[in-house]
Amino acid sequence: MLRALAALLVLVASLASTRAASAEPVRLWHAYRGAEARALEEIVRTSGIEVELLAVPADAFATKLAAAIPHGEGPDLFIDAHERLGDYLRQGLVAELQVERVGYAPSALRAVEIEGRQLAVPLSQKCVALYVNRALARRVPTDLEDLEAVLVRPLASGEVLLAYESRSAYYHAPFLAAFGGRLLWPDERFGFVGQGAERSLVLARELQRSGKVPGNADGALVTQLFRSGRAAFAVSGPWLAGDLGDAAVQYAVAPLPRVRVTGGRMRPLLTVEAVMASPRGASRPEARALAALLASREAAATRMRIAHVVSARTDVELPDDPVVRGFAEAAREADPMPTSAAMRAVWEPSEKAIRKVLNGSAEPRAALEEAKRRFDDVRRPPPPEASRRPLLVLIGLALLAGALTLVRRSRDASFRAEVVASLPAYRYLIHAVLALGLLVFAPLVAGAAISLTAGRPGETVYVGTANFIDILTARGGPLLATGSFYLVLAVTVAWTVLNVGLHVTIGATLGVLLSRPVLRMRAAYRVLLIVPWAVPSYVTALAWRGMFHRQFGAVTALTTKLRALGVDLEPIDWFARFATAFAANVTTNVWLGFPFMMVVTIAALTSLPREVLEAAEVDGATRWQRFTRIVVPIVRPSMIPSVALGAVWTFNMFNVVFLVSGGEPDGQTDILVSEAYRWAFTRQAQYGYAAAYSVLIFALLFGVTRLGARFGRRAAT
Amino acid sequence: MSDPAREPPSLAESLAVHAVLLAATAFALYPVLWVVSLAFSRQQTPEPRLLPLPEQPTLEHLVEVVGASRTSSDGREVWLFGRQIVNSLVVSSSAALVGVLIAVPAAYALARFEFVGKRSGTNALLATQMFPAVAGAIPLYVLLEVLGLLDSRTGLVLCYATTSVPFAIFQLRAAFEAIPLELEEAAMVDGATRFEAFLRVVLPAARPAIAVTSLFAFMSAYNEFILAATLLGKEELFTLPVVLQRYIGEHDANWPAFAAGALVVSTPVMAIFYWVQRHLVAGLTAGAVKG
Repeated sequence: MLRALAALLVLVASLASTRAASAEPVRLWHAYRGAEARALEEIVRTSGIEVELLAVPADAFATKLAAAIPHGEGPDLFIDAHERLGDYLRQGLVAELQVERVGYAPSALRAVEIEGRQLAVPLSQKCVALYVNRALARRVPTDLEDLEAVLVRPLASGEVLLAYESRSAYYHAPFLAAFGGRLLWPDERFGFVGQGAERSLVLARELQRSGKVPGNADGALVTQLFRSGRAAFAVSGPWLAGDLGDAAVQYAVAPLPRVRVTGGRMRPLLTVEAVMASPRGASRPEARALAALLASREAAATRMRIAHVVSARTDVELPDDPVVRGFAEAAREADPMPTSAAMRAVWEPSEKAIRKVLNGSAEPRAALEEAKRRFDDVRRPPPPEASRRPLLVLIGLALLAGALTLVRRSRDASFRAEVVASLPAYRYLIHAVLALGLLVFAPLVAGAAISLTAGRPGETVYVGTANFIDILTARGGPLLATGSFYLVLAVTVAWTVLNVGLHVTIGATLGVLLSRPVLRMRAAYRVLLIVPWAVPSYVTALAWRGMFHRQFGAVTALTTKLRALGVDLEPIDWFARFATAFAANVTTNVWLGFPFMMVVTIAALTSLPREVLEAAEVDGATRWQRFTRIVVPIVRPSMIPSVALGAVWTFNMFNVVFLVSGGEPDGQTDILVSEAYRWAFTRQAQYGYAAAYSVLIFALLFGVTRLGARFGRRAAT
Repeated sequence: MSDPAREPPSLAESLAVHAVLLAATAFALYPVLWVVSLAFSRQQTPEPRLLPLPEQPTLEHLVEVVGASRTSSDGREVWLFGRQIVNSLVVSSSAALVGVLIAVPAAYALARFEFVGKRSGTNALLATQMFPAVAGAIPLYVLLEVLGLLDSRTGLVLCYATTSVPFAIFQLRAAFEAIPLELEEAAMVDGATRFEAFLRVVLPAARPAIAVTSLFAFMSAYNEFILAATLLGKEELFTLPVVLQRYIGEHDANWPAFAAGALVVSTPVMAIFYWVQRHLVAGLTAGAVKG
């Protein structure tokens, strides 16, 4: 045992990387991939500065910055979209970056300026534009209403007029702009409300109802439609061009059209990608030199040549590339995305409203007014700072009580004897206690403590139990309104019961079948049946979502086939109603989870002593009797922990809900933990509020298991 | 597995069993067919289909993912994907090994000993699984910084190992409890100490449970993404989930490459499971009780 441990320590130590000591290279983080990553590598390689490049997944970028920079780790420079600057500034992740500012587009410079301070150096500008399929459209239309008029021929079935992500507020913003609206006004008022906004939604709904725009389109579907030549037009950004490289479709890129009824142009939101400096980076001359170099004319030319992106500079010659020229023209018509942190609170309520209108469950006015209420609710100021005294008194009392108990017990001779008798057991436990205490409990306690604070990172204050009171009183609204703690709890309970019931039923049945002593192809079945567990769920959840698509999904294909056989079935819009969206989530999660229970069952069955079975057979027990009276009682104890933990995990399984229904319709399929995640990541980083959700979830689960254990013991005695 | 004591299953029963298993296999594999089709198609035409066959079949996405490489500062070509798959396998198996090594004795103590704090300790263990740490990566980052284990696979191994310990303890405790006490007592009568009996008698008898627990620990480490992305600062150290997540951009995603990568990532898991499941046969403990 000791030798094994020593060998392990050596192994672990040999894994530790050696850190570079000498002259530190400039650390540059980015989230680019494909051609843009190649362009950046090329620029860095020829810079003559020693640079350590790190490509971070976009999903983890902000978390990684927030973890690393405050501790003096992390990058000197990083490349990100300008709209994050407000957040980064408040968290102290960026410092002013002084670089000469000649030759840039004024809009790009304005985008990286907050309160008169230049916080970053703009590199490139991105916005959406109109993709025109040359095989289907004669020319570039100037008005949205002309899209059909410029078609070469009437569209066939399976073809669409205009593909865009209609459910996304980012893609709806140009429609809103054509009606004179904005998502957020400069004074941080919610803009997606009022007559213009309503008319923009009516237009979007009309486009979808008439079948000109595909319903429920995500980015993957838009790409597939345009790439396969089945869409006459698409609204998308330069990223779509990157996916069209080797496709047969011939296309042009132009600024978005005008809407004839108002004469207004569909102005997209402009994102300026900029190089930003951490406080450490801003103080290093090499880092500043690299920032200047990344933003230089030469670098801009390289980026255009390799990655076809529009530079934020005006003094570089545009290449003879119609796509780059099209996007450069579109960028001139675009509105820079607001830098304000309030923008982070705009997306969720706006998208809920858009989706409700598009699936016909609400009228534009009601949906938008609700969106405004939700925005204002999320934006409402944090509760006032509370006195820390009650907490300190409570901690003091708890410590005192603990100490007293300890003293009292240590005087008790029988307790001392018990402790001495426990010493052998402690020898088996000590390392687990240490490891778990340090790496599991300490972070949990730290996480739970955050629940007593409120406010966004960088300006948190201690508020006592205010977060808990807010959650439990449904933020002052009706207790059973959509999104209230109690309603979401009911959904979560239904979600857990259904999932665990199906996991155990399917998993145990298959486990029993796969443990039969005589079974051909047993290994093959076993390996194939764990495939849902083995393939990363991110992509399989997407596959499930695709299968439920109303227009193009496999489920629709099945209903079509059945209809041909005379079964009366209509294609369903799965994510428009609670019951069907919930069913889609549960189906996906059952698929993902049954292999776990199957493996647990197979493992539990290995402990079945064969003699017992044989003895039962001799006694003339039937198969079913043998199963229920012998197999089940022996196997049950080793399955209970897995089932209990499976239930806990399912209760907190947010990613299936996120990836399949996304909470649709209107957040009704969200479960408690996805609410927590939304407060942390899409509603202005209110970590305190999210942590309060976590603590409540914990309290609920712990209370239920304690009760369950008590009843279990009572039943046993 | 021919066993004279048992009557061979009738043909009808065999057929029924295979029918159920085939249906389950179809249910398990059908969505994966869509992933396969995504990974090996040059183009996807959106139309309702029942059988997703690859369109214009191609290996380019697979080559793109697997062939990912980088020129290092000294001009050498580094096969990144190769290093990263090794990272993933090394990190996950070390995490499984460390986690199970921590869990085995603890689970044994919970199964066989009475001691002060047993019930509250079990509750605390269960409690760790109930708290959803929404921003859990940041406290761990601070902790590993203090320990000087940032940017190293060791730190990641420790995090993964400890997170898998609670489940491993529960799983193994149940397995140890299922092993007849007489086995150890017999060994101790023969002069073995309790610890020797644990090592020589209990551990071998619990082999299937240990194998399955290791698999679970391996899997949870092997698919983890956010901790790995937050704690590791060098591309050579990245594990596969981080690499795959790189194909998901802010505005768009390279789904075909992601799908191809996902299939590559899942093959070692299936190979490992194939090896593990051979040890999962009912009635293994049979001979031991008699001996």
